[in-house]
Amino acid sequence: MLGYALRRVLSAIPIALIAVTICFFILRVAPGGPFDGERALPPTVLANLRAHYNLDQPLIIQYFIYVGRLLQGDLGPSMVIDGFNVSQLIAIGFPFTLTMAMTAFVIATAIGILAGIVAAVNQNKWPDYVLVLTVMVGVIIPNFLMAALLQLWFGVYLRWLPAGGWVNGSWVHLVLPVTVLAWPHAARISRLMRGSMIEVLGTNYVRTARSKGLGQRLVLARHAIKPALLPVVSYLGPGLSYLLTGSLAVEQIFGLPGIGKYFITAALNRDYGIVLGTTILYMFIILALNLIVDLVYAWLDPKVRYR
Amino acid sequence: MAGITGKDVVLTRYADKLATLDAPKGRSLTQDALRRLFRNKAAVVSIFLLVAIVLIAFIGPYFVPWGYSEVDWTAIRKGPDFAKGHYFGTDQNGRDMLARVLQGTQMSLIVAGVATVVSVTIGIVYGAVAGYFGGRVDAVMMRIVDIMYALPYILFVIILVVMFGRNPVMLFVGIGAIEWLTMARIVRGQTLSIKEREFVEAAKAGGAKPMTIIMRHIVPNLTGPVVIYATLTIPEIIIAESFLSYLGLGVQEPQTSLGTLISFGAPVAEVLPWMLLAPAGVLVTLLICLTYLGDGLRDALDPKDR
Repeated sequence: MLGYALRRVLSAIPIALIAVTICFFILRVAPGGPFDGERALPPTVLANLRAHYNLDQPLIIQYFIYVGRLLQGDLGPSMVIDGFNVSQLIAIGFPFTLTMAMTAFVIATAIGILAGIVAAVNQNKWPDYVLVLTVMVGVIIPNFLMAALLQLWFGVYLRWLPAGGWVNGSWVHLVLPVTVLAWPHAARISRLMRGSMIEVLGTNYVRTARSKGLGQRLVLARHAIKPALLPVVSYLGPGLSYLLTGSLAVEQIFGLPGIGKYFITAALNRDYGIVLGTTILYMFIILALNLIVDLVYAWLDPKVRYR
Repeated sequence: MAGITGKDVVLTRYADKLATLDAPKGRSLTQDALRRLFRNKAAVVSIFLLVAIVLIAFIGPYFVPWGYSEVDWTAIRKGPDFAKGHYFGTDQNGRDMLARVLQGTQMSLIVAGVATVVSVTIGIVYGAVAGYFGGRVDAVMMRIVDIMYALPYILFVIILVVMFGRNPVMLFVGIGAIEWLTMARIVRGQTLSIKEREFVEAAKAGGAKPMTIIMRHIVPNLTGPVVIYATLTIPEIIIAESFLSYLGLGVQEPQTSLGTLISFGAPVAEVLPWMLLAPAGVLVTLLICLTYLGDGLRDALDPKDR
């Protein structure tokens, strides 16, 4: 187990390095730069600026400078937002994004598992049909459209909730964004849970448990739920990474102060530092989540370890 | 006719009867799959709706009284008005919403179509080559796919689109370049099992070159999973395109797409609801139909349920 874990961690390192390289060069090969403005800067100022950010060096030298700093945990300076470096901006924006994504994650996972169980137990009765419809809506309607419709209904017509913005950090501003974020996630989880639960309820040991005279509740709690959770567990890793990238969009739509706002503005301004820093941050999170999923798998299923 | 016995008479009659009947026809796998597909009502309805949407999006503009960028100064921000020919109302610039929705649908369909073809082609060739050659080639090629998977997809597309200019071509390339990853994995898995089959061995024995075997013998056998997955890719691409357009990174004015229309309609939906509802309705219908069609195809082509 330890050997497998070590192998997996080691194989993730070159992947991360290559991905950083790809991002770095794609950004630099593209036309335009961070100092292209409406008004051209005087050439001497521009030269000084470029020298300050090492942009006058050959590309390959810049790359090694960047990777060298990265290995020390330094994501470099922002080139457009003066006086800030990328790590500081991430420290400002990312906690918000993480809080929102984690809230959505916890709520959606709980609701999804519960709904899946209820639907499986009542297969082909009305709770099941209601669930299938809700799942359909959650998976098919894209998040920006869902956001617009919810804003219109709850924010404008009913005036129950604010349609957007972030005033005084009040939690009511998070209700709609978290709903938009959580719905598709809950939908996918409940679908997985329903499928595997139906399968488990048809197995012999569940029948045995029933024939012993155990009630529905005991059969579910003691015998059915745990094995049925396996496919759900394996989806949690990718699910969380979807939520984290998805929250970029939701922040933009609802005007929330997470990292998504910085990222899109930075991409438009060609702020290499922020774009690269955010991408790398997300990449590491995704790699880490994949790694955790792999390790959990290996722990659950010994066959994987010796492949 | 001396030698004819009662038995012969029966046999002759039977032979005559057989001759009048049609020869029995075998059913191919494709026919089988199509029969199953057409028995699925949701899938059939979806196909009809999809064909209708495609036809209306491409032919409709010739029959609409207004052009998509034409300004009607007498009807700005007006609701549906049948007398003037604004069946879906007009936007803040007095442009006919029906014409704009048709143009937007057209654009979304074109982006989806081209990006799907790009991603499916790359995915098939890449996956089949990796799966067929196996060993070190396979390991390297699939590692590259792993790396691409680790890149946060939507960030990557945003970078591509922002950096290389906002034209539809870049959208095709950007979205198509990401969506091929899953296809490559699926195709590789299928190829691994197909390449062990007898007909591939026969082709090898016959002296066929690896690329010939891949293109002539392996790829045609991948049709089922490829068709299913491609159908499920289209809605993803439509969503990706409309999302980028929603952020203002996609199709640019005066051209439009469903996402652009929704992004303009959403902020004013309180006073001009038709500006949001018309494109949103088309988008949702399109996505529902594609999803049902994909599910139907999967049920029809998946040999597991036979």
